[in-house]
Amino acid sequence: MKHENWSGFAAGAWQNEINVRDFIQKNYKPYEGDDSFLAGATKRTSALMNKLQGLFALERQYGGVLDIDTATVSSLTAYSPGYLDKENELIVGLQTNRPLKRGVCPFGGMRMAKSACEAYGYELSRKIQDEFKYRTTHNDGVFRAYTDEMRAARKCHVITGLPDAYGRGRIIGDYRRVALYGVDMLIEEKKKDKAALQDGAFYTETIRLDEELFQQISFLGKLKEMAAMYGFDISEPAKNAKEAIQWTYFGYLAAIKEQNGAAMSLGRVSTFFDIYFERDIAQGLLTEEGAQELMDDFVMKLRMARHLRTPEYNELFGGDPMWITEAVGGMGEDGRTLVTKTSFRVLNTLYTLGSSPEPNLTVLWSTSLPEQFKKFCAKVSKDTDSIQYENDDVMRPEYGDDYAIACCVSAMKVGKQMQFFGARCNLAKLLLIALNGGYDTTSGMHIGPQMPVMDVEKLDYDEVLSRFEIYNAWLMRLYVNTMNVIHYMHDKYCYEKIQMALHDTKVERLMAFGIAGLSVVADSFSAIKYASVVPVKNDDGYIVDFETTGDFPKYGNDDDRVDLIAKDMTHRVITELRKTPTYRQAIHTLSVLTITSNVMYGKNTGATPDGRRASAPFAPGANPMHNREENGALASLNSVAKLSYDDCRDGISNTFSITPEALGKSDDERITNLVTILDGYFAKKAHHINVNVLNRETLMDAYENPEKYPNLTIRVSGYAVNFNKLSREQQREVISRTFHEAI
Amino acid sequence: MKGFIHSFQSLGATDGPGIRFVVFMQGCNLRCGCCHNPDTWECGVGSEFTPEEIAEKVERYKTYFGKDGGITVSGGEPLLQAGFVYELFRLCRKMGINTCLDTSGSIINDDVLRLLSECDRVLLDIKYTDEESYKRYVGCSLSKPLEFLELLQQRNIPTWLRQVTIPALNDDEENIRRLRDIAKAHSCVEKVELLPFRKICKSKYDNMGIEFPFEKYDVPSQSVMKRLNEIIK
Repeated sequence: MKHENWSGFAAGAWQNEINVRDFIQKNYKPYEGDDSFLAGATKRTSALMNKLQGLFALERQYGGVLDIDTATVSSLTAYSPGYLDKENELIVGLQTNRPLKRGVCPFGGMRMAKSACEAYGYELSRKIQDEFKYRTTHNDGVFRAYTDEMRAARKCHVITGLPDAYGRGRIIGDYRRVALYGVDMLIEEKKKDKAALQDGAFYTETIRLDEELFQQISFLGKLKEMAAMYGFDISEPAKNAKEAIQWTYFGYLAAIKEQNGAAMSLGRVSTFFDIYFERDIAQGLLTEEGAQELMDDFVMKLRMARHLRTPEYNELFGGDPMWITEAVGGMGEDGRTLVTKTSFRVLNTLYTLGSSPEPNLTVLWSTSLPEQFKKFCAKVSKDTDSIQYENDDVMRPEYGDDYAIACCVSAMKVGKQMQFFGARCNLAKLLLIALNGGYDTTSGMHIGPQMPVMDVEKLDYDEVLSRFEIYNAWLMRLYVNTMNVIHYMHDKYCYEKIQMALHDTKVERLMAFGIAGLSVVADSFSAIKYASVVPVKNDDGYIVDFETTGDFPKYGNDDDRVDLIAKDMTHRVITELRKTPTYRQAIHTLSVLTITSNVMYGKNTGATPDGRRASAPFAPGANPMHNREENGALASLNSVAKLSYDDCRDGISNTFSITPEALGKSDDERITNLVTILDGYFAKKAHHINVNVLNRETLMDAYENPEKYPNLTIRVSGYAVNFNKLSREQQREVISRTFHEAI
Repeated sequence: MKGFIHSFQSLGATDGPGIRFVVFMQGCNLRCGCCHNPDTWECGVGSEFTPEEIAEKVERYKTYFGKDGGITVSGGEPLLQAGFVYELFRLCRKMGINTCLDTSGSIINDDVLRLLSECDRVLLDIKYTDEESYKRYVGCSLSKPLEFLELLQQRNIPTWLRQVTIPALNDDEENIRRLRDIAKAHSCVEKVELLPFRKICKSKYDNMGIEFPFEKYDVPSQSVMKRLNEIIK
């Protein structure tokens, strides 16, 4: 195939099939230089950003939600076009007809939509409520099929945060396809795939796929209509950089209009855009300043994306996040770096537009990345606390060199793999339920296999472990089955039509399970093994507390005696999960990631043998428990690095906070040292790290005087948040975490 | 052979170049009023480790050291256990790990001389540059660290001179000039570092139930530090 808009591009397989990776590989120009070429914000950009800052301030004043359209069901063409500043915007398109106005997406669940409106003083229109009386939502479907045991596990919070009441998210459409091929070509390909089905046998899988393809094709049509409302014809490939960004953004915009998924990630677009920038700049059509302006405008749009959530949701996932994750950098399979000038440009938006939690900029770190890029990343981290790092050297062998990150740490091949998101189970609570023979003291519910409460003077490691295994086997089977129900219903009632249209028809599926409380469980088993743990029972004979005496190794000190317990726990969990088959033959994966829900999980969990009090927060993700690290930051990193990515293929999240003084004496030293730390950590095959370079005092001041810090951004488990958007409780938890300080 | 260790800091970014694994030795022969580690003073206590055990620990951090980092042994006073530190440094060097000694230079004996042969760099604390102050606030003669510096010079061991800047005691320009002159007279000196006196160690003194001798002194302002650093340049 040839297209005039492709002139100047190197030919390849990408012209005859949907193959964005091949297009990138044949056309991109690696960049090994420094950041000196970058342009700052133009007057136009600054003015536009000022206007947006004003709206953000207003949104805060209105309690976090500026406005809700309660009378429209959000979809691609449901709203008239909206603008931030029509005359001055370079990239256009809003989720609704006004900036920051939120739409409602009831297909995931009516209850969520209705109560979210009410929480902010609105009422979902009668009309929508009536219409949905005759429709089944994902949420309805799930609760029709949930067993009593599934409901009980959910109610007592041993499995929490399941996407059963709203969109599941964690699916990344290959939005670049819209720009490279134009929508007409994408429709043609999907039509061919649909036609090809008729040659085979029609059974459940085939019929379902056939219907899904019908929906995909229909929504590609709506995507064109949506763009047309803004005055663009996106039937054909983009012919320049501005169009490439606009077309790609329309793809993403369509997705977030259709779905209120938990995480709506962007993918890996920077180096793709770079090819268009290079072509335009070579032809004299664009300057560096112009290129930066386009990136700035695009990123501004991403910063405006919003979903309507309930306050309960924020308790789990604080800070109103969308996880618009963009994977930046990485290495190619042929050894060339995938860093381009646009990798710098997208990070530069944290200077041109100021620091920000969204988009969730994620650097795919390899020890082979160009030194100048490493330094620039470290500088941006030090200055803005807005980026996270994930190990390209452990992911590339599994996912190739055109994967991206959904949400925080979930890798998937763009357009070729999708994920069934599964939140997480509470491993610390599971341990307590096991000790109590199937009784949860926090909720007062009996759950799981019923047996006598462990009746011993002092807990014995082997006995506790063998009992834990019984409950582990029980919960993991229940967890897989629960996920199967959820994703069956989501496909049935809330299928991601536009996102899946931007995937290959034959897609590989991952089912992502998660655990919370890993460090609590590891330290608890360590206490049982190395110290003396005496269970304390209440009047009803249930264990409600522990008397732990003596010292024991604690996770986070690079001590194999406990670190290998943590590693072994993840192995036990994934091994049990794999025993139960998944819906649509998805591959079982596991994450150690909590987002901000470590606070909520802790709240719902009794005292644990490691000495943690009842209701006290867990550490986030795979982090060691707060202030149990006695040998400094690198010992803590080494402990986390021991967890195996083979067992935790959905990611291992670690959040690292260090004071500037502890990182070095001068700015240059801090940058060099941070690069060295990242190289060292990832050389140990660690998977992920959030980096915060800041003082606890800053956070304490922001806690007391929020108005002084409207844009204070910090990294938490797997994403970044505006500190002011966290609940007071979450803020206190962040402040109480270990800050590695100079001594 | 065993050494008495106070603690480990796996991420040291301020005690020598690059990222360093810092070993704090237990026991000190001095009682400086500005000391921020009073808990390292007492000799013959702390955790006992063999040089091999510590070297094995340090090796776990090799990937973080980059081209500049390595091990720093501080304290306490490492020279009190010079034989142990010698063995530790020897093992580290065998593994290609850069060695750095942080010392007051107040002890010289055969073990110390042997230790110097395994040091890639020395951070030498010259607490005061006049005999009277040194005697008064450190308790021994300034000639000791100066003699130590001569040993470093003879062996051509890269050296950083360090001094804690304490207002009213050594924040005068004369002292800084004398420090600069000492540095200039020794080609082994790569760098002079002025460390602002800080009082966050007060809680350690409180916990130990002893008085923090220099509590009465102020911490130096940023502008003073800037001015003094300019003289040193």
